[in-house]
Amino acid sequence: MIGDMIRAIRACKTAAEERAVVRKECAAIRASINEDDQDYRHRNLAKLMFIQMLGYPTHFGQMECLKLIASAGFPEKRIGYLGLMLLLDERQEVLMLVTNSLKQDLNHSNQYIVGLALCALGNICSAEMARDLAPEVERLLQFRDPNIRKKAALCSIRIIKKVPALAENFINCAASLLKEKHHGVLITGVQLCADLCKVSSEALEYFRKKCTEGLVRTLRDIVNSPYSPEYDISGITDPYLHIRLLKLLRILGQGDADASDRMTDILAQVATKTESNKNAGNAILYECVETIMSIEDDGGLRVLAINILGKFLSNRDNNIRYVALNMLMRATTLDAQAVQRHRATILDCVKDSDASIRKRALDLLYLLVNDNNVKPLIKELIEYLEVSDQEFKGDLTAKICSLVEKFSSEKIWYIDQMLKVLSEAGNFVKDEVWHALIVVISNASDLHGYTVRALYRAFLTSTEQETLVRVAVWCIGEYGDMLVNNVGMLDIEDPITVTECDAVDAVEVAIKRHTSDLTTKAMALIALLKLSSRFPSYSERIKDIIVQNKGNVVLELQQRSIEFNRILQKHPKFRSALVERMPVLDEATFSGRRAGSLPTAISTSSGAPSNLPNGIAKPATAPIPDLLDLSSDDVPAPSSSGGDFLQDLLGVDLSPTPAPSGADMPPKASTDVLLDLLSIGMPLPVQTGLSASDILSSSQDDKAPFVNFNGLASLSSLSANATSPANAAPMMDLLDGRGPGPQKSEENGQAYPSLVAYESSSLRVMFNFSKQRGSPQTTLIQATFTNLSSNVYNDFLFQAAVPKFLQLHLDPASSNTLPASGDGSITQNLKVTNSQHGKKSLVMRVRIAYKTNNKDVLEERQINNFPQNL
Amino acid sequence: MGIRFILMVNKQGQTRLAQYYEWLTLEERRALEGEIVRKCLARNEQQCSFVEHRNYKIVYRRYASLFFLVGVDNDENELAILEFIHLLVETMDRHFGNVCELDIMFHLEKAHFMLEEMVMNGSIVETSKANILSPIQLMDKAS
Repeated sequence: MIGDMIRAIRACKTAAEERAVVRKECAAIRASINEDDQDYRHRNLAKLMFIQMLGYPTHFGQMECLKLIASAGFPEKRIGYLGLMLLLDERQEVLMLVTNSLKQDLNHSNQYIVGLALCALGNICSAEMARDLAPEVERLLQFRDPNIRKKAALCSIRIIKKVPALAENFINCAASLLKEKHHGVLITGVQLCADLCKVSSEALEYFRKKCTEGLVRTLRDIVNSPYSPEYDISGITDPYLHIRLLKLLRILGQGDADASDRMTDILAQVATKTESNKNAGNAILYECVETIMSIEDDGGLRVLAINILGKFLSNRDNNIRYVALNMLMRATTLDAQAVQRHRATILDCVKDSDASIRKRALDLLYLLVNDNNVKPLIKELIEYLEVSDQEFKGDLTAKICSLVEKFSSEKIWYIDQMLKVLSEAGNFVKDEVWHALIVVISNASDLHGYTVRALYRAFLTSTEQETLVRVAVWCIGEYGDMLVNNVGMLDIEDPITVTECDAVDAVEVAIKRHTSDLTTKAMALIALLKLSSRFPSYSERIKDIIVQNKGNVVLELQQRSIEFNRILQKHPKFRSALVERMPVLDEATFSGRRAGSLPTAISTSSGAPSNLPNGIAKPATAPIPDLLDLSSDDVPAPSSSGGDFLQDLLGVDLSPTPAPSGADMPPKASTDVLLDLLSIGMPLPVQTGLSASDILSSSQDDKAPFVNFNGLASLSSLSANATSPANAAPMMDLLDGRGPGPQKSEENGQAYPSLVAYESSSLRVMFNFSKQRGSPQTTLIQATFTNLSSNVYNDFLFQAAVPKFLQLHLDPASSNTLPASGDGSITQNLKVTNSQHGKKSLVMRVRIAYKTNNKDVLEERQINNFPQNL
Repeated sequence: MGIRFILMVNKQGQTRLAQYYEWLTLEERRALEGEIVRKCLARNEQQCSFVEHRNYKIVYRRYASLFFLVGVDNDENELAILEFIHLLVETMDRHFGNVCELDIMFHLEKAHFMLEEMVMNGSIVETSKANILSPIQLMDKAS
């Protein structure tokens, strides 16, 4: 008996016992199947179903199902079909064998058996079966018994889902079903229509035209119908039917103003008249609101709907509130104003004790934030962050960060909020977020002092937030001097005395803490290196700290500490150049490049310091192009939205050179651009935004103008291409090493003969060469221009371009008026660095423009006759 | 599709009735049941009856020692499903008379028959208790 078996299974105390019992039973069942015992078949099957529910495999019983279905008695058939539905599924081939039985049963005289067959078909038929048996089902849709009709209707749904092509056959029958009185048939009929509309658009049209009126009438009848005991649920007659009808109306009304018009009355009636103190009523209201939101409507109904939602929100029942929050998210797209009114309630919901409600409320709040309310909202959210529980913190942090970023009007507010978030939940903050923070910090040059002090304070209090430690360490390394000297104090700050010792202590703590991970320690090491240059008196101590890591097991730390140690010991001169202030990172390019991470401070120092022409320690592999492009400081961020190649152009330029305004750069093919670009002699050209003085002030150490290869490569390739002087195509070249650039002293005696680079009847250009001490690749050229004609040259402009393997810097000319007949000359200094020094010699293309006798002259020449070993 | 599955689970997490309207293998079913049951059982009385799981929702309600869980699509009306669960319980109550967990266990097929009358292929078919119970009563009389 099945009862015994169940009792036996329940009596098992352990899983192993249960398995044993089940195995025994299965064996018994299998034996019984083999004996082909008629009487016990359905009992066996019942047992099998139970066993399968527990989770054990029961496929040996499938044939039994078939035998049962084929037998004549109703109970056997019943169990057989049930077994079929539970133990099999549409993918099994065994199912095909049932098709014949099903067909016979669909035509059976006993309507209950027909019902059974329909049920089974409706639950698990496959596409082939559907095709085979569709005509039968169609016929049954018009059967006299309503029970059969309703089942046939649901069966049809499955059929059209499996075989959409058959949908047309069902359209007419479905429409007639809508006129039924029997609720069961009505419900299923409505379902069928809804699914037909989803599957076929012509069905949708048909229903829209013919049936909308009828549906509205039906709904009205139901709403106004008197009490009927059969279908009554807490005072409302058949709420399910209500809801289904509303759903279908929604499908029909969506996108179609005409149909929507016809529904407005009944929708208004339902919305106002339904009682909302019981769940059933609320369910109907919910569906009604959904429908109102989806159809085309003027606005009266919408207001009604949002009011209902507002009432839901203040309901004590959690379920209702959840549902309301859900709907409000949709409503925000339609009518944001109305939803804003409920902002306070929603904020409360974020702090609710129920996890589902919290999540929904946070999502909704995210959609509601705009410029006006962002500050108080973020304040509240951050306060809540402190008390929220762990699983929620992750979500909350992510949302707060993205909101702050989107709406940050002032940098100082942004930095403040981010610091608070980092202190509270730094461990949940994603990498891109704190990278972005660093970019912003470096851009906000007037806030450097404030930021580093705030970070230091935060660092002292919450050291367990890893991300905070990283950002703090980076800033202390970069702006340590500001920290100690209280540079750039803002009015709102309290004074704080931080000695150099404290700063070094802080970084030391970061290294020594056992919970710091690799990234933090690596960042701390390089911060120490920077500090050793900023606080020279502490070099020894810093060296000691670094040396302690020389034997570190982790390769990265070991390498860094050894290399930094070497720098400290052997190359003190380069140290300052190495760790000078980071150039301001370009926000625009950064945000466009978010996916690739920005390892600003994370770097692996390459070998000997002398190979680092930049003041920035280059990150190892892939990021090189990134970082280098990003180091377009002088150009204020917005300007770099100009042409791409300009971005490269500017991206190349480094700190000391306030490059000629990126702002008016766009690829205008005109020489004006060139002139601007190459505005020689103008140390501070027009700039939008970022003033050069900032950059200059931030560069404290002696800097040599540095350029990187890649940028120039793209640069000079352009110049190589843009040739003919005839057209005014910008011969984009020049990377001016403009500026206040204290150039490196031109010592190194004359090792090379001077060169007459160019001589014509009107002009002579002479180059004098000298080598920069210590770097054989770099040549300093002093160009001298002499006017050989008898007219004065005005607006004299010299431009030069070099191929990829060279880098070029041009200093301002001594003047731009060249007196006639060699009475005076203009000198200009160039610096060329040859990456293929020894292999290829220098080559240069020059272009000279000047005005004489009220006419513009342009001369262009390629100079190939440089001395070989430059 | 509407309803994806209906489960009845007791407080210890043992499944008492399982009806799936979409195909899942045995392992998937067990895994799914385990996950969901853990989530729902962990919640307390005050919390919402709706849980989001993967790409669908679970609506659940607790009656004495038995949890009724219904997995539905995202666009289904949750409050209606809540009502449906109550309807199911009331129907079974009318048939078995003060239904309890043991009734369902020992008369599993009857419970299935009832459910079949009410839900087919993931959609609600019949909501009138009389209509649902009449074929079952007929069958009981016949056998």
